[in-house]
Amino acid sequence: MTTTSDAPKAGFRPSQLIYDTRYRSLTIQVIAFIALMLGLSWLVSNTIANLSALGKDFDFGFLGQRAGYDINQRLIEYDSASSHGRAALVGILNTLLIAVLGCALATVVGVLAGVLRLSKNWLVAKLMAVYVEGFRNIPVLLWILLVFALMTEATPQPRDFREGGDASMILGDTIAITNRGVFIPAPFWGAGAGILLAVFLVSLVAIFFWRRYAHRTQEQTGRILPIGWGTLGLLIVPTAVAFLALGMTSGRVTQPVLATGATEGMTLTDYAASQQTINACAVPFSTESLNLRRLMRSQEIRFNYVAVEDAAGALAALEAGNCNVLSLPASVDLATVPAGAVALSDTIRRGMPVEFERPVLGGFNFEGGLQLRNSLIALWLALSLYTGAFIAENVRGGILSVSKGQTEAAYALGIKPSRTMRLVILPQALRVIIPPMISQYLNLTKNSSLAIAVGYMDVRSTLGGITINQTGKELEGMLLLGLFYLVTSLVISSAMNLYNASVKLKER
Amino acid sequence: MSDTHAQTVSFVRESMIPQSEPPAGNRGAVLWMRENLFSGWFNIITTLISLYVIWWALSHTMPWALRGIWDASSLSECREIRDATLPEGTSAACWAVLTDRWQQLMFGFYPRELYWRPVLSLIIFLAAIAPVLFPHTPRKALALTAVSPFVMFWLLWGGSVWFPVSVALGFVLGWAAWRALAPLAGTLIASIVAAALPIIYWLYTAGPLARELEQAVSLSIEYVPSQDFGGFMLSFIIGIAGIILSLPLGILLALGRQSDLFIINKISVGFIEIIRGVPLIVWLFTASLLLNYFLPPGTNFDLMLRVIIMVTLFAAAYIAEVVRGGLAALPKGQYEGADSLGLSYWQSMRLIILPQALKISIPGIVNTFIGLFKDTTLVVFIGLLDPIGLSNAIRASTAWNGIYWELFVFIGLLFFTCCFSMSRYSLYLEKKLQRGHK
Repeated sequence: MTTTSDAPKAGFRPSQLIYDTRYRSLTIQVIAFIALMLGLSWLVSNTIANLSALGKDFDFGFLGQRAGYDINQRLIEYDSASSHGRAALVGILNTLLIAVLGCALATVVGVLAGVLRLSKNWLVAKLMAVYVEGFRNIPVLLWILLVFALMTEATPQPRDFREGGDASMILGDTIAITNRGVFIPAPFWGAGAGILLAVFLVSLVAIFFWRRYAHRTQEQTGRILPIGWGTLGLLIVPTAVAFLALGMTSGRVTQPVLATGATEGMTLTDYAASQQTINACAVPFSTESLNLRRLMRSQEIRFNYVAVEDAAGALAALEAGNCNVLSLPASVDLATVPAGAVALSDTIRRGMPVEFERPVLGGFNFEGGLQLRNSLIALWLALSLYTGAFIAENVRGGILSVSKGQTEAAYALGIKPSRTMRLVILPQALRVIIPPMISQYLNLTKNSSLAIAVGYMDVRSTLGGITINQTGKELEGMLLLGLFYLVTSLVISSAMNLYNASVKLKER
Repeated sequence: MSDTHAQTVSFVRESMIPQSEPPAGNRGAVLWMRENLFSGWFNIITTLISLYVIWWALSHTMPWALRGIWDASSLSECREIRDATLPEGTSAACWAVLTDRWQQLMFGFYPRELYWRPVLSLIIFLAAIAPVLFPHTPRKALALTAVSPFVMFWLLWGGSVWFPVSVALGFVLGWAAWRALAPLAGTLIASIVAAALPIIYWLYTAGPLARELEQAVSLSIEYVPSQDFGGFMLSFIIGIAGIILSLPLGILLALGRQSDLFIINKISVGFIEIIRGVPLIVWLFTASLLLNYFLPPGTNFDLMLRVIIMVTLFAAAYIAEVVRGGLAALPKGQYEGADSLGLSYWQSMRLIILPQALKISIPGIVNTFIGLFKDTTLVVFIGLLDPIGLSNAIRASTAWNGIYWELFVFIGLLFFTCCFSMSRYSLYLEKKLQRGHK
């Protein structure tokens, strides 16, 4: 005998929309949706009215127009005749550059500081606590300005590096820290650089297979192979052997310096005396161009450097008369050289697969080498140290989150301390460390927009700064800028979600 | 017992020897140093390296700071005093810039004779926040806390007292509407009316009402425009306003993101992700460059207000994520328990879920607040004179051209004090709210 009360037969009444929980959520959502749409349409209609009042239109055509401003730091070819779109791309690459550099250094600093803060050494632990608290509690903008002021005000001028000046280069005269930036050796690529790169990539693949083989062997037989040494050996030995072999063979080959309007067998000095100006054609960042410049410098010949794309470009430039001295990349057969050019008696070496040019003091500033601008260095250091302090706290929290019983259990099983750290503690700690670390990377990327404080040309300064000022396209420019940051953030955070899903504790 | 051995052993001690001190090398400072600083060769090396680092840092900064010159009117005068009194080649800080310009660093260009007003507002703020922060203060003081924002606003900007009063009336109106309608028409209609009524009132009635009242009874103090605000006062105003406004908004967003209602959920997710994905500086530029596009033609409102709105929205998105973490960390049983008691959604949130979730999220919320306070320095890029902006302005004057470190040290120390005390307070709160598992 069951008595169930029937559901009320009465049909739908409008008041149910408010009082009946079944329909109520629908009402709320419809109201919210209508409010949202009303708000959005209000904004859009305002924008349209304002734009038409100002006589502006909404289009992205300005990206194709000539930019007309220079960017002092660029990773790709750009000059003031390039388009605004190209300028935005240069800015995006600069933002990504500072983000990648910053994340790398911040990780190193953060992990080191986090581990040291747990050190048994009281002094080190306290020192790291001071570092972490100091950087976490002072605005990053102040740190950027402080490091920038340090770089520009407290470093020596290039002229102090002269004889008798009180500044000197560091690391065996390879790096000069000046108030105009840090000068470091620049890499030059010679014949065989491609082979070297290929060998390196193959050894990376070999490392992957070696590690897999070693792990499998250990799982099947229990025999432990030297994974660390094997990896290190595979990483260094093949590349080093290839480098030396290439240097011994193609690196020792000499090639003549070609010149127009010279007689066969003339020395470079005589030739330079016979010409009004010397324009040297060479491919930038190739060892031939480096060695040609070294030869010119050693004979104290003043010359203009004409950059060309490749060998064909060099020959074309020679025939067009843009240059009168030539050093050809190793890939060119000398028989194809145009008739006007003859070989001088001076020769240059083709050079190793990779050679480095040291910065040297000349005139009022350093020449050669790579100039890292103060804006880049200041932004990089300040962002890395600031973010490193946050990462240090994540690392410390992660290591502390692994309970002590895990270590004790591992020791009880007779596992060595180093292996305990690697096989027991770290895998568990990394699960806690990595997600907040990635959101710190995200913060660093977004904080790189503070580049405006030091005049580093990131995407906010190009697309969101000068371009907007020149074209008056605030709406479009800010929209694109916001979109770039949004996409970057979403890509990084979806990568984090993938990682989280893969390391999540598998529960049933 | 002792006589059992009397026949076999020649001597038996019958009483305990008093405990003696450990050997000299094993106690007190020596033991501590041996354990913490010199316990092995690796430890000794790290100790020596740290000592060197400390010595290097102190020897480069301390003499400079301690020899500092406090009494001068320009940087060149500072240098003259230094050259006259100190041996050649020694560096000395020129703290005189702080004695000369500290008012500017604190208050910007706020009229000098009115400094008592921001100071009084700060005191009111501290008094108003005490009942919120510390549970021992009487609960009735919370009423004062509710009134204090309007008092502080009036003190800072000045003008007619009726303007903040008429704005406050809007809140009273909304509250009254809710109390009147909730028993009659149900919570849904009541809350919609209570939200809509004040907005209509503010848009159409508040302004004229304030003017009428001002004409009837004139009660006003000197008006100070926003352009004159600056220095730490500006940072505090933006920071505090952002903190107070962003917390409720952030909690609402977090609830929205956890909600089952599809549209509410998607709106919250979209808002949070878009705000968080873009740097604050881009939002600030949006506020200064683009807001005029989005508002009806002819509207023009205060840059500082725009910044406060942007900072609030920005911090709210971050707080929403922190609170969402707290909500997700609660066991499902808590939600089910609340439902089984027959509590409505808002009742269960208010009485059961949020108190626990917020407790879990306290460290994250305070961290967000610290971040927000530090981020107030970014307003320098849109032309507001925060401490960093003022340090640039001071450096641009002829008297103090070329002064860097003294200003940076001062600004840094002030920020450090504020942020560090906030983080200590969060530790205190965490400990106090810890229940059970100790």
